[in-house]
Amino acid sequence: MALLHISEPGLAPAPHQRRLAVGIDLGTTHSLVACVQSGVARALEDADGRVLLPSVVHYQAEGPDHTGYEALACMAADPANTIASAKRLMGRALADLDRSAPWPYRLVDRSSQVAIDTVAGVLTPVEVGATLLAALKARAQAALDGDIEGAVITVPAYFDDAQRQATKDAARLAGLDVLRLINEPTAAAIAYGLDRGAEGLYAVYDLGGGTFDLSILQLMRGVFEVRATCGDAALGGDDFDARIADWVIEQCRLGDITLADRRRLLTAARCAKEALSEVDSVPVRVALATTEVALVLSRATFEALTGDLVQRTLAPVRKALRDVRLGVDAIQGVVLVGGATRMPQIRNAVAEFFGRAPLTDLDPDQVVALGAATQADLLVGNRASDGWLLLDVTPLSLGIETMGGLMERIIPRNATIPCARAQEFTTFKDGQTAMSLHVLQGERELVSDCRSLARFTLHGMPPMVAGAARIRVTFQIDADGLLSVAARELSSGVEAEIAVKPSYGLGDDEITRMLADSQQAAAEDMQQRMLREAEVDARRLLDATEAALAEDGEALLAPPERAHLRELMYRLAETLETCGPDDLAELKRATDALNRGSTEFAGRRMDASVRRAMTGQRVSALEGLF
Amino acid sequence: MTVTLTERAAQRVQNFLAKRGKGIGLKLAVKTSGCSGLAYALEFADQAADDDLHFDSHGVTLLVDPKSHAYLDGTVLDFVREGLNEGFKFDNPNAKGACGCGESFAV
Repeated sequence: MALLHISEPGLAPAPHQRRLAVGIDLGTTHSLVACVQSGVARALEDADGRVLLPSVVHYQAEGPDHTGYEALACMAADPANTIASAKRLMGRALADLDRSAPWPYRLVDRSSQVAIDTVAGVLTPVEVGATLLAALKARAQAALDGDIEGAVITVPAYFDDAQRQATKDAARLAGLDVLRLINEPTAAAIAYGLDRGAEGLYAVYDLGGGTFDLSILQLMRGVFEVRATCGDAALGGDDFDARIADWVIEQCRLGDITLADRRRLLTAARCAKEALSEVDSVPVRVALATTEVALVLSRATFEALTGDLVQRTLAPVRKALRDVRLGVDAIQGVVLVGGATRMPQIRNAVAEFFGRAPLTDLDPDQVVALGAATQADLLVGNRASDGWLLLDVTPLSLGIETMGGLMERIIPRNATIPCARAQEFTTFKDGQTAMSLHVLQGERELVSDCRSLARFTLHGMPPMVAGAARIRVTFQIDADGLLSVAARELSSGVEAEIAVKPSYGLGDDEITRMLADSQQAAAEDMQQRMLREAEVDARRLLDATEAALAEDGEALLAPPERAHLRELMYRLAETLETCGPDDLAELKRATDALNRGSTEFAGRRMDASVRRAMTGQRVSALEGLF
Repeated sequence: MTVTLTERAAQRVQNFLAKRGKGIGLKLAVKTSGCSGLAYALEFADQAADDDLHFDSHGVTLLVDPKSHAYLDGTVLDFVREGLNEGFKFDNPNAKGACGCGESFAV
């Protein structure tokens, strides 16, 4: 509760106005929009009281486009101009698509992106997505009576950059300001408030109409990281309907039926499936073109018909767990997403597999949109007083020092946070067993011009030749702007980490000054960087040649050859000692000379080592090798 | 049918009134706006409206219009220090939820 002060009569300040921000779940089969009202996330209904908008758009040669149920109704009559599942085409090239199952539309290639040829012209999936988003935006504006300031849109965790960018483009085309794209499983976890809960691993089981996704999330310091995703792009609630329809056909010996009849059967099957989540048996009555069927379907029969489908969803679950090398007991909670998870047999199978009851309190169709709405409310600034300091972007780049006193950026400036980035580095010297990491902030190329945040050392690496070690450095900034840096040598697993507060002590003025400096000094910085990189290259070459000479110089090189190499090394070392900022070309020339001069030596060393490896081996043993 | 001040709050109000040099008491009201629908207003009172309800608490006159009183009945107004901020805080038994920013509430 905010603290109040006494005002002069009539001058009490008006409380700030609410800023409207929505969460949108742009799904393959259904989309919906939600908003936080009076502290509670709620899905918004259309004029007819329906929450779900089928993700279908019907285009006409003239006249307005139809979306949702209206478009769905046109599906049978005009399949080529009724676009469903556009999400599957989002950000893809024609060559990326799986053409084994035919698409009912005329797909064409437009500037290396897939597009759909309709009576209303050639349309990109982005434009189809935008039409759906515009419909949801209009719904939200009507329901909330105001302009939408921003939206959080969810995307599948496996979406790549192109697909995410396409989703953002669609939102921009629909006139929506995207506050952030978040992963669907993360949104579901947020809807259940898991982001405020205990740190640990959570599984999100998402069985939609036509797709199945399983994600394993790790919550650390308020940030969800997707550890693994797995799924089946052709498994969903629709397959359960099909099993019921097939059962009816078999029971009544219907044989080959028309497409229209099959559609009627599927509709009845869907109703029966939904009813069986509540009751133990349902009558299935369908009026077909020539005959009428009437059967009773019990839940036990339904479960027997679909048992293998339920089992099929568990295979990706096992695979995801294997990917993160964890057992089911490591999972602290399971969230169910997607209308198909209402089926009791799914809930039972999930509960049995994970050994714990899944979270089911929220409507599984809405949970993703509700989480997105919660996030949108937070991002737009309607909820600020409960300890969340949400820095939206990093004000300056963050990185580490590399050889030659250079700053290597790992998280660029303006990256939205929370975020995590990793990059691999290697060792510079043979037998190096420790690595000193210097964490920096700033836009300049040289370490001396950046701000030093922290230093730490990774000890205990196994000795290897220079360049063989693989050290993964991970930068992570949580929602509180806290940076943690971890370094891990991948072959031995040794690791070290440190936590820093990067924005601490930096005022706006200082950030502005640092940015201005970097722009003024850009050209000079680049020159410096190139010189330093050339110096590092030269030193590495000198070290390597020196080591090689010590090992094989006597055996493989004649004395004049040795002398020549020594001469080249001496010249390079001298240039290195004396070179100024303008001697970059000379340094490169000297490095090149030594490089060329030692090529023959390197070739002989290679031959010698191959000979050593083969000496005393039987031909038969070598055949196995090659 | 009461709205009261804590002793600490009453002392503060008297200090403020004395410093201001005029005023007959404190006016409490509820306005409809803000994220959660309703927001408090706290003003010095130079005169009472005809239908204002009068409460006397630790020697301070509190004025509440009848419409606001429906939302404020039973409220205790306290003066608190929270970190670097100090100010008046409503303890309102009618409030069921507050928006995150705390400027408004719902009943």
